[in-house]
Amino acid sequence: MPVRRRQKDLNFWEKIYIPEIAKGLALTFKTMFKPKFTMEYPEEKFIPPPSYRGRPVLVQEENGEERCVACGLCSRVCPALAIEVQAGETDREKERYPERFEINMLRCIFCGFCEEVCPEEAIVMSKDYELAFTNREDAIYGKDELLVPVKNLNERINFLRQYK
Amino acid sequence: MPKFVLNGEEIEFKPGQTIIEAARDYGITIPHFCWHPSLSVSGNCRVCLVEVEKMPKLVIACSTLAAEGMVVHTESERTIEARNAVMEFLLINHPLDCPICDEAGECKLQDYAYQHGVGESRFIEEKVHKDKRVLLGPYVMFDAERCISCSRCIRFCEEIAKDPELTFVQRGDRVTIVTYPGEQMDNPYSLNTTDICPVGALTNRDFRFKARVWEMSATKSICTGCSRGCNIEIWVRNNEILRLTPRYNPDVNGYWMCDHGRIDTFKFVNADDRVDGPHVRREGKLVKAGWDEAYSAAVSELKSFAKDEIAFLGSPHATCEDNFMLAKFARSVIGSKKIGFMRKEDASFGDDILRKNDVTPNTLGTEIIFDSYLKPTLNFNGILEAINNGKIKALFVMEEDLAANNSEIENILTKLDLLIICAVNFNKTTALADVVFPAAAYAEKNGTMVNFDGIIQRLKPAVATLELDRALDGMAMSRLDKFGTHYDRWAQGKKRDARSSWKIIAALASVMGQKMKYDMAEKVFEEMAASIDVFKGLDYDKIGESGTKIKFEPAAASK
Repeated sequence: MPVRRRQKDLNFWEKIYIPEIAKGLALTFKTMFKPKFTMEYPEEKFIPPPSYRGRPVLVQEENGEERCVACGLCSRVCPALAIEVQAGETDREKERYPERFEINMLRCIFCGFCEEVCPEEAIVMSKDYELAFTNREDAIYGKDELLVPVKNLNERINFLRQYK
Repeated sequence: MPKFVLNGEEIEFKPGQTIIEAARDYGITIPHFCWHPSLSVSGNCRVCLVEVEKMPKLVIACSTLAAEGMVVHTESERTIEARNAVMEFLLINHPLDCPICDEAGECKLQDYAYQHGVGESRFIEEKVHKDKRVLLGPYVMFDAERCISCSRCIRFCEEIAKDPELTFVQRGDRVTIVTYPGEQMDNPYSLNTTDICPVGALTNRDFRFKARVWEMSATKSICTGCSRGCNIEIWVRNNEILRLTPRYNPDVNGYWMCDHGRIDTFKFVNADDRVDGPHVRREGKLVKAGWDEAYSAAVSELKSFAKDEIAFLGSPHATCEDNFMLAKFARSVIGSKKIGFMRKEDASFGDDILRKNDVTPNTLGTEIIFDSYLKPTLNFNGILEAINNGKIKALFVMEEDLAANNSEIENILTKLDLLIICAVNFNKTTALADVVFPAAAYAEKNGTMVNFDGIIQRLKPAVATLELDRALDGMAMSRLDKFGTHYDRWAQGKKRDARSSWKIIAALASVMGQKMKYDMAEKVFEEMAASIDVFKGLDYDKIGESGTKIKFEPAAASK
């Protein structure tokens, strides 16, 4: 039976490891005085750039109405089937509106397809990444949770206009 | 047969056929908006332009007769160029409404815009604005901006509904469609215009914005609104019927169905008053019970009567299978020949187009089954009379609301000692019943019905019940049905605890000690075909999707 032999035997200094430990510690001390990249998360919040894809939200116009016309394209394109839209009829100029709009955040994979397909710029990815639930029902966001005033979303909307 | 050359291939045509018809028979669809196989030729949309060699200009395929030796190109460079140009013109004033338009997904303009559009408009001027919400009639909503003036709806009202109500007014880009002064679009076939409208200009008010077409599953079935039995598709989302649309069958309904059939024959299936699970009367009240409990309650009650005291009422609303099982139960389990059914004629309903005065879908089938299998000794009126006289004390009713709008019958039914019912919805008759079995509605079961003309057609399940699983039982499935789990709200549609009447009756027979084992409606049909001459040699495959004429001459051709 062939025996695999070590290619090169360690010499004495290598065997006692002390020089290697010293090298390691030197790096540690050097890094201590460099600027840090981590954050002390719950106390200190990460504010993502506009390209960030947080949870999808619906744009609420200044008059309180949603932009969404319930065309159902986001629901159709969603690869995870997270979005459910039920359209209804209204007297507004755009005669269709979402009577019910639900995103199941347990299904959502934050791909941003819904935002990309939306013909009305009505659903956009927000910067919101803090999502925690204790049961399945809470994970289904309705219009109450989804509608966000347009003034809070301008950064993302401008980003989309520039790069989409 | 004469021949002409289409895209390099020699094809046959019938003399008198236009190019578009001959091409269609051959399997090539030439794009078209205004042409419809059963309407007259209008030739105004210009999208069916084709190139015919030796003709100086392109011609429209819908009104050019095919001729011997003609050489036609439908995909040549000139044709495509012309088609693209026509599409560009049509799109100039067509609003970008697709996101809010119900037609999206089944819109001809949308499809052709994908195939022949350049994707961008060269038209920078403001589009023409017209009224967007015009009520043309009780069911039809008109959006004038979306209209491409194909005139299909106008021709439909004139030629098929025989009630000219619509017309063009104005000219050029201001052209629009209105009803004649003082008229409404209220002919009983008005909703067919929403099907033939190639864009979303005419929409069905009953279905408006209910669902996207791609979210629904479509099941081929038949309409149960009258004895015509129009072929339909049942559109279901989340186990709820949302609309019915006609399906082409030249022998029954052509391309059409009436508004009554489309609007009024499916809502009871979705209704809240459905019988959900068997109910048994205890201390004067109907209470929910288990199936075995209800079966044994019904059987022990039935056993306490002599066979002369028991009568049966079938239903022309139920399938042939249901009625056959009832007849078989009466004959071989009880030994009674007292079986009948309630006919329903509405003299104001019928017309010369599709609607029939006989408003029950399976009158002929029920009649044939009862007469040839059982030769009843008492008919419907005889049974009622015998109940009134106290000769009949127990009655088994299948899928019929006898007491609806008829207090006389209601009074007679109160004289019964035992009333067992298979019912779809709670109604006046179930209020008098001792045992109520939940019957599956027409959209929840397999079965057959015979229309007034002797054409036997199949019903197919479109709505799942507790015992009928969409995937396992091979029902039509939408994308949502395929991927939904029971945690998804959009997949939690109500499934009712209902069974086909034949299944209920077979189970009752088994409890009474006579084993009747059928695992599906097809097996019941097999036995029926073997024991009733008229149905001999038929099976579900032979009946197929468009029905088969049975060997039976209707005694009196009733309207």
